[in-house]
Amino acid sequence: MIELHYFAGIRILTGIPKESVNFSNQTVEDLWKWADEKYPGIRNSSARIAVNEEYALPSDVIESGDTVAFIPPVSGG
Amino acid sequence: MKAFEVVTEPINPQLYADYVLRPEAGAVTLFTGHVREWTKGVRTMYLAYEAYVPMAEKKLAEIGREIEDKWEGTRVAIAHRIGELQISDIAVVIAVSSPHRKTAYEANEYAIERIKEIVPIWKKEIWEDGEEWIGDQKKKPKEEVV
Repeated sequence: MIELHYFAGIRILTGIPKESVNFSNQTVEDLWKWADEKYPGIRNSSARIAVNEEYALPSDVIESGDTVAFIPPVSGG
Repeated sequence: MKAFEVVTEPINPQLYADYVLRPEAGAVTLFTGHVREWTKGVRTMYLAYEAYVPMAEKKLAEIGREIEDKWEGTRVAIAHRIGELQISDIAVVIAVSSPHRKTAYEANEYAIERIKEIVPIWKKEIWEDGEEWIGDQKKKPKEEVV
């Protein structure tokens, strides 16, 4: 299982702030495909994916127990 | 207080200025970013900030390290407030000390630019007739209207 977190505009799209899903030993790219099927449009949102609080590359592998966050373009300051 | 933190209560900037001050410092720059009422002719009633807190604090600390590596002798503290903020409230404070003033100014500006690039914090503007998460405008382009 991995934990997914959704923030700001992405949370509006998913309708939930977080969820746990069965997903392991697959890449960030695979997660994007899964997410875009479940939440159409999420891929076009300019969001980035962070794994365990670090921005991840499409080829990075996600392991069971990881915490993954969808980070829409930030607007702090 | 922590040197790099996300807070929910009003920010006291002096705490951060005091934190970075030390005998070697000849300058401290203290930047406070405030909630602005008017943006491009649109009136904001208030703002709501949200953060991915653990990652945001990590990224603020990373910015501090970048600065301390880039400009020798600097010391940095940054706080960002989240939740509902009213007009003129302080949203962010950046304190930088350095031996000389030029570096303190430059490093301080660098910090706010980096915050806007990498720190997972989001701002929602609430107007008289609606609201929107800023930064996700790309999701609502004109083609939806067409």
